[in-house]
Amino acid sequence: MSADLQKKLEEVTRVRGVMGAMIVGAGDGLVVAESLMEGVRGNAVAALAASLFSRFGDASSASGAGAPKFIHLQADEGSLVALPGADDVIVVAVTDVGVNVGLVRLEMQRVVEAGT
Amino acid sequence: MSEDIARMSAELASNPDSLVFLRLGEELRVAEQHDAALKIASAGVERHATLADARDLLGRVLADAGRLREAQDQWNEAVRLEPRSLGARKGLGFLCFKSGDWDAALDNLEIALSIDPSDKAVVHGLANVRTAVESFEREQGRLSGPNFSGLEGAKDGMLLADDRGRVLGGGIVDNQGQNRSEEVCAQLAGVVQEATRACKMLGLGNWEWIAGEAEANNLHVTRPTETSLLLLVRDRSIPAGRLAIMADKAVASARQWLQEQFG
Repeated sequence: MSADLQKKLEEVTRVRGVMGAMIVGAGDGLVVAESLMEGVRGNAVAALAASLFSRFGDASSASGAGAPKFIHLQADEGSLVALPGADDVIVVAVTDVGVNVGLVRLEMQRVVEAGT
Repeated sequence: MSEDIARMSAELASNPDSLVFLRLGEELRVAEQHDAALKIASAGVERHATLADARDLLGRVLADAGRLREAQDQWNEAVRLEPRSLGARKGLGFLCFKSGDWDAALDNLEIALSIDPSDKAVVHGLANVRTAVESFEREQGRLSGPNFSGLEGAKDGMLLADDRGRVLGGGIVDNQGQNRSEEVCAQLAGVVQEATRACKMLGLGNWEWIAGEAEANNLHVTRPTETSLLLLVRDRSIPAGRLAIMADKAVASARQWLQEQFG
């Protein structure tokens, strides 16, 4: 993975409220690259995010909406956001509850553009 | 004989207690070598009488041979040994549907769906059973008109489901005009299962909603009550933030509707 891509990933984590950002294999849920705050369980985030993205994709396709371009799971103590990159990967971020999701998404999009 | 079958046969011959018979029997069944599959599956059940997977395999082989009563016995035994045996639940679901016992078919397929919400055979099977039940009830005059009437936007692009993937009201129609409500409901149950698991394992608390932007539409999934789900689907011209506001309003209406319907 290029240093530029890692730098872009770290820029996602610099957004206030982001606890970690990762590039994850969409099919296998394995970590490709990560920038995480201490205590965030990277392997768990990767596996769960890939599985959620896949399941949401099944529901979305079944409804006729097509493949997801972005998903945002909001919980009462934080959120998980994910968007697809190239080469069967997804970019994932875990955040606390007060984060600016629009800004996080923008930085995640830059990771995709940097060549996931 | 394929290399795999030959290799597994050799492995089983050298170690008759090996569980490789499960894969071997299934390979033989799929290859339509029915007699060989039956021999392997029967011997497997003899050696591993308390293994639900062995009973499930024998059930499948017997069902392929048209010995449905015996297949049902094996699957019943499998679920007695392991109530969450996916194969046995599927098998019983389809057998019950075939014999006209729709309640039992629904029970088994709903359990199968809760075990693996992504199993397409279960999703489609469940949709077929529910459609058959609804048609029958409509013919008998037990259902009068669409559910969920009176809720704005409920005819298309809004779906209310229970947490087991059953349609409570509303409908989702795709671009070809096909009603996809049953399938979407079943898939939604899987989404919610994953969301719940992710939030629990990542310490995010309880999930509140899931928003998605897809190729053709934006989607918003939320939870009017502990045991129900609401999906709102609108085209991409409705931005995600506005969709969230619409969903909030729909949740309030759905709660009221549920209260009126079910108390």
